[in-house]
Amino acid sequence: MSLASGTFNQSYAQDMAILRTRTQRVLLFAFLAFLFTCPLFIGETWLTIMTMIGITVISVHGLNILTGYCGQISMGHSAFMAVGGYTSAILCAKLGFSFWAALPCAALFAGLVGLIFGLPSLRVKGFYLIMATISAYFIISWLVHFQLTGLTGGVFGLAAPKPEIFGMVLQSRASYFYLVMIIACLATVVAVNIVRSRVGRAFIAIRDNDLAAEVMGINIWAYKLLAFFIGCVFAGVAGSLLAHYYAWASIEAFPFLDSVWYLGMLIVGGMGSTTGAILGVVSLRLLDYLVTILAPILAAAFPAIAPQASASLSLIMRGLVIIVFLIFEPRGLAHGWERIKAYFRLWPFSH
Amino acid sequence: MTLFLQLAITGFSVGIIYALIAIGFVIILKCSQAFNIAQGHIVMIGGYLGFTFLVMVGLPLWAALLAAIATAVIMGLLIERLTLRPLVGQPVLAVVMMTIALGFCILEGLAILIWGGEYKVYSGALPAVSLRLGAVYVPAAMVFAVILAIIVVTALMLFFRYAKIGLAMRATAEDEQVAQCAGIRVTTVYAISWIIACVTGVVAGVLLGGESGVSPYLATMGLKAFAVVLLGGVNSIGGAIVAGIIVGLAESFAAGYLDPLTTRGGLATIFPFIVIIIVLVIRPYGLFGIKRIERI
Repeated sequence: MSLASGTFNQSYAQDMAILRTRTQRVLLFAFLAFLFTCPLFIGETWLTIMTMIGITVISVHGLNILTGYCGQISMGHSAFMAVGGYTSAILCAKLGFSFWAALPCAALFAGLVGLIFGLPSLRVKGFYLIMATISAYFIISWLVHFQLTGLTGGVFGLAAPKPEIFGMVLQSRASYFYLVMIIACLATVVAVNIVRSRVGRAFIAIRDNDLAAEVMGINIWAYKLLAFFIGCVFAGVAGSLLAHYYAWASIEAFPFLDSVWYLGMLIVGGMGSTTGAILGVVSLRLLDYLVTILAPILAAAFPAIAPQASASLSLIMRGLVIIVFLIFEPRGLAHGWERIKAYFRLWPFSH
Repeated sequence: MTLFLQLAITGFSVGIIYALIAIGFVIILKCSQAFNIAQGHIVMIGGYLGFTFLVMVGLPLWAALLAAIATAVIMGLLIERLTLRPLVGQPVLAVVMMTIALGFCILEGLAILIWGGEYKVYSGALPAVSLRLGAVYVPAAMVFAVILAIIVVTALMLFFRYAKIGLAMRATAEDEQVAQCAGIRVTTVYAISWIIACVTGVVAGVLLGGESGVSPYLATMGLKAFAVVLLGGVNSIGGAIVAGIIVGLAESFAAGYLDPLTTRGGLATIFPFIVIIIVLVIRPYGLFGIKRIERI
């Protein structure tokens, strides 16, 4: 096994490649092969978990581009997912669109709504932007659930039909898993390439010092709004997939706490990197699963708190994980992985 | 006319309570530049503590308040020492995420774990003192809230002007490094600012819980108090009081007059968030805040 060590590029194509060594290509191929054949041998629970991981990965890629690469902290992400989910459900159920037409429309509409609610980012930064995006979540939630009830079914929700391909309805978990994984892989490829492009470099410049970026000639108004648009397009895709997964678009599918989790996943995984987003999602979702296993044990040991053991344990464990990572590893698992690789690359030298 | 007066009284009462919550937030921000998004959850814990001491243990009101304040002091010390002290000097997102994780995960999880996350009512435990001005009903909680607000603000003003530690806190808020050079222990200042914030939050929580019951939903009150903070200017205690009254009155009038015009109502719950967006777009530093204009 050889890790990339040193720079031996002889052409531009080699220099810009994402996969540099044969080991990396083999590993990626093996991983993809595992991913696309796993419905054959993993059980129903794991299939559900993996599908949710896939949907969350798409959403967190969007948040990563918005917050990790462009520095615009957004706590309203699940509202934009809700916009995407509801749009897709309304287009399919009420206007008879097919899923494959509704998905891009829902994503674009979520992006536009994100653009509008991203306008405060042109005036404020940091904490104030967090407050603005929290308000955006509650305002969107109120509009969707209490004002446009004729369109969205109010608090009760809206049925979203399952997608169809070539006349075959994607009813089973395995088929929906394939759909989600294909879109998640596409989303990852798009996210990685956005970051490597001119737009990505502009985002990173804005995150590091927006005053200097403006002085250098980067139009930060345009790029900040573009960051919101791209991030919310990803959110719209994820929301649409989620709504069709549950076959129901409702208020419970897109709670406010999900926005907090997505930011937590970015912190645990590593904020400014695509692998970090994936690692964060996988870790926190697996932590959830661990809690569902541990909660009955805790409830059996302390019968006084049995009814609320699982809800509170899930919340407290997630909070503890985020707090521990913030104190001890603020740059996340991706940075930790880079350190491990660097150690092996340089061994036995220390620098 | 009666409706107008009733709405005004209710709005004033809610506004004073928002102002109390906002003062805690402003104190922490002034002294340690940490944005405490967990303030709403501290209020919720305060409500549950009030329930515990008033109903479950059965103490009289003054003893329950003292016990709640003692618990708040311990809570403030623990929070500051364990979670915020390691993050000194880190970027604002780290501190904000820490307070978010603290509030939305740890405190809410504890509330569910210890008290079952249920809706607890204990308005019978607060002495029922209510006034009637003609046809207008003045709720008991408002009387207590106003008295409490006056006590808290006066105490804080005297503390910051005359007490040595108060002066030390103002110095740290001005310039931390110079304060450290002058021999002021900055960690003590942080601890005290968190203690004050937790105490005001818990007292506001006991009051709110006494008036309308406690449940994890009370934490969203804290989110609404941010509208007060932003409108008043994040650095100003007096601004928090004025803005609290304004936001409370505006929310009450919106509920009374605008709600019947919208299709389903619920405008009152969303009104503070609209205020936040308007304030951030038009005048981000609030009414009394320090102007920091960046032309970008």
